[in-house]
Amino acid sequence: MTIVNIFIGILMVIAGIFAIEAKKVIDSFILLSIMSLLSVFLFVTMKAPDVAITEAAVGAGLTTAVLVLALKRIGGDEK
Amino acid sequence: MRRFLSALIALGIVLFFINIISILPDYGNAQLSRVSQAFIGKKVTDSPDNVKFKESTNLEDGSANVVTSIVVNYRSFDTLGEVTVLFTSAFGIGLIIHGKKRYKYNQKPNFILRVSVGILLPIIFLFGSYVFIHGHLTPGGGFPGGTIIAAGILLLYLSNEEFDLSKTSKFVESIAGSLYIIIGLTGIAIAGIFLINFLPTGTLGNLFSSGIVPIVYTIIGFKVGAELSGLIADLHREG
Repeated sequence: MTIVNIFIGILMVIAGIFAIEAKKVIDSFILLSIMSLLSVFLFVTMKAPDVAITEAAVGAGLTTAVLVLALKRIGGDEK
Repeated sequence: MRRFLSALIALGIVLFFINIISILPDYGNAQLSRVSQAFIGKKVTDSPDNVKFKESTNLEDGSANVVTSIVVNYRSFDTLGEVTVLFTSAFGIGLIIHGKKRYKYNQKPNFILRVSVGILLPIIFLFGSYVFIHGHLTPGGGFPGGTIIAAGILLLYLSNEEFDLSKTSKFVESIAGSLYIIIGLTGIAIAGIFLINFLPTGTLGNLFSSGIVPIVYTIIGFKVGAELSGLIADLHREG
């Protein structure tokens, strides 16, 4: 199980770096959502189901929706 | 042909649920694993404990979920602060973004979205309520339950151009916040300590157990759900 956890951790780091370096803002949001989903997997395997269900609802679900709505309000990411 | 196929699919789903019900153990009588025993007994060592699921009564704290007993029973004042932080952020967004009328997407919602809202929305609300009502028995609680309900409200906003609830959400949020403080003050009146668990804790593992913990988690669920729904409503206003 440790190898799988380390692999998921490396994937999370890669998703975080790509979220910073992405050209479009919407791509950053999607990569942040992917990072949250991977951390949900880690929380479940490390036997913290309370944190996992909160992270799945808040981090992967509503935060992405609120960020996309805020991006739509300021008129997209074209310069 | 189409009706025949729909009837076949509906029959398949009904048979699936009937089979599942016969496989599932009775409520609260599942075979517990070693990790679950450690969670319920609130022990980190391997030593045998005398706290038994469905048998122990009148414990100091009767919630089967160890995280809930810390978050809502021993550190309830901390949770009051967390709820206040969430209120402040929602208040800030409402202060910056305010408008007279609802923002419209000016396009007809997708057929799949319109149909699936009718099917999925009651299930989403039911699941959110389940998560915060059973917060003292299973993983979950007021914060994720309220967030799931707010996600259902977001689905309503996306699928219906006329839907608007900014006044309702603020009303529910203020009532729930006041009720939390009133429960704390009742603790002062009865036992002299703010937010103390003044009700009997009952049998470990029952739905009506662990005193004020399920009441407080239901209030937190309503408050968080109304706050995040109000945040989504504020983001949908303009003018």
